[in-house]
Amino acid sequence: MNISRRNALALGGAALTVTLVPVSFAQAAADDAMAQAVAEFTGGADIAEGGIELTTPEIAENGNTVPVGFSAPGAKRVVLLASKNPGPVVSFFTFGALSAGDASTRIRLAGTQDVVVIAEMADGSYTQVSKAVKVTIGGCGG
Amino acid sequence: MISRRDFLQASVAASAIYSAYGVSNLSRAAAQQSLTQDQLLDFKTTGNVTLIHVTDIHAQMKPIYFREPEINLGVGEALGQPPHVTGQDFLKMFNMAPGSADAYALTYNDFSTLAKSYGKMGGLDRVATVINAIRADRPDALLLDGGDTWHGSYTCLKTEGQDMVNVMNLLKPDAMTFHWEFTLGSDRVRDIIEGLPFKAMGQNIYDKEWDEPSEDFADYEIFERGGAKIAVIGQAFPYMPIANPGWMFPEYSFGIRDQRMQEMVDEVRAKGADLVVCLSHNGFDVDRAMAAKVKGIDIILTGHTHDAIPEPVLVGETMLIASGSNGKFVTRLDLDVRDGRLMGFNHKLIPIFSDVIEADKTVAAAIDAERAPYKAELEEVLGHTDSLLYRRGNFNGTWDDLICNALIDEREADIALSPGFRWGPSLMPGDAITREDLFNATSMSYPNAYRSEMTGETIKLILEDVADNLFNPDPYYQQGGDMVRVGGMGYQIDVNKPQGSRLTNMTLLKTGESIDPNKTYVVAGWASVREGTEGPAIWDVVESYIKRKGTVHVDPNKSVKVITG
Repeated sequence: MNISRRNALALGGAALTVTLVPVSFAQAAADDAMAQAVAEFTGGADIAEGGIELTTPEIAENGNTVPVGFSAPGAKRVVLLASKNPGPVVSFFTFGALSAGDASTRIRLAGTQDVVVIAEMADGSYTQVSKAVKVTIGGCGG
Repeated sequence: MISRRDFLQASVAASAIYSAYGVSNLSRAAAQQSLTQDQLLDFKTTGNVTLIHVTDIHAQMKPIYFREPEINLGVGEALGQPPHVTGQDFLKMFNMAPGSADAYALTYNDFSTLAKSYGKMGGLDRVATVINAIRADRPDALLLDGGDTWHGSYTCLKTEGQDMVNVMNLLKPDAMTFHWEFTLGSDRVRDIIEGLPFKAMGQNIYDKEWDEPSEDFADYEIFERGGAKIAVIGQAFPYMPIANPGWMFPEYSFGIRDQRMQEMVDEVRAKGADLVVCLSHNGFDVDRAMAAKVKGIDIILTGHTHDAIPEPVLVGETMLIASGSNGKFVTRLDLDVRDGRLMGFNHKLIPIFSDVIEADKTVAAAIDAERAPYKAELEEVLGHTDSLLYRRGNFNGTWDDLICNALIDEREADIALSPGFRWGPSLMPGDAITREDLFNATSMSYPNAYRSEMTGETIKLILEDVADNLFNPDPYYQQGGDMVRVGGMGYQIDVNKPQGSRLTNMTLLKTGESIDPNKTYVVAGWASVREGTEGPAIWDVVESYIKRKGTVHVDPNKSVKVITG
């Protein structure tokens, strides 16, 4: 039996989506796509840090369905990004004036990466928060 | 009023386990004469509350040998901090004499020699004696079990944890949290906890479908003791479905969830808790990090990483207690809790020297009764070892080297992988290897030994992944456990590099050639977390190997080169 890389990983543990393109190429492409997605959302405006609470697992139990929640009080518009996914934009959220500015969902992550939330506030300024989520083969334990 | 910090510093001498006996060439009789039960139990009763902590017993009802690690590297902020201090450095840090009973209990040095003097440790009947003695001083002492209790032996496997449940219930715990218990399957876990006379807790055990706290487990319980309200919050092992087969408990999700831990601390404080205790299975480094993030926890009773530290470790205002594993130690922690504050304490990590501490007769009889139906299988001698067999250590242990040798031989593999578990007692050179001993090192509900072909690139990917779970500088991204043990292949590892660049010089030992990323190798291993893994049970593979060899011999493993600088 000649086992593929994907099968071997599953054999080692939890589901892990692995891209078969060379890592350096894939990473550069993902970085470009991420920069482009951020620029499209902000129009190139400066982005402050903080003001948003982002809840993610530190290590994903299953990379195919990772629970992600954020709370961005006062946000008008929010983009949720998976920085190293082939397509980094996961979703956009638009909030009404009386909304709490929070939401939660489940997303798919193609490997260990930063999950990023950028919010456009009522005054037109931008702020962001990011957290690393590890997608691992798993196994072992103490 | 004396500050918490002053108390902790003042306590150093008092909290050290009973020190300074003899040298390593003492005969066992002499060692036993110099050690007495009264000395081991000697304690100045302090304050108004007593906590008793046991954890990671791994179903070891009978006394065992357990060699502590030689290599236990810390990274990031944990570098050079307990528990990442071993051997001579440990003895120096805690002012212990080489060859002393403390040194034998807490370090690896001269282990085989000292074991002859000081004998086996642990045994739940001895643990019962210690707990009874503490309760004689303080009848309402709280006994808290950190989990990994219903896993790790032949009888525990055969009875699906019932033997341990029955014996532990005789000790009357007040609360418990979990890890390996879930590998019994979630139906079985719910079956057991429904009948427990104490709370099964874990604030981080979630219903996976609804992403809400599970109703099957308590978040915490508030106990009234000595006129104070003591809140005990449970924290189960955060990485259950990653480190162990998630398909065995598909309805639960875990995670550290420190934001919710903060909510729980605030909630119990609002209910008037004078003292907040976290009964944790996070692992020491994760607890150290959590203590710095979550405000208001007075004491974390740590578990999972099997560390035995003879003094509390202070992180900000939080005291971390590490009580070892396999029944080797019981922690007694007396607390002076007044006016919503911790005003003072006294701590002792009590080593359970099985030849010194008398067995409690009731518990001893219960243990014998649990074992009786399996006596013949347990005692069957499969072979002998002329080497010390142990497991603990970051990179290799002779038990796993033996398992890897068996996998390579019996399964005709180029390379063998054995998970970096921290459970599994030691055997002395010259000992018989019984079926019980073999199961102590391999017992689990997903034992299938797989055999598959992997490319060199895949093997590196797997090893890099596991290494990052151990050496990621942020403990929240670590799973605990040790590095996967590798047979048939050598490598060099630089623990301070990022994931993907830690491992170099991967070499196939049988040819001396470098591992080729594009070449395919036959790899045998066990304990895959994947559902439907095929192959014989690991204990059958190893039993066949031991029987064929008669006497096994394991050379020191020199094929892993570790760079820490």
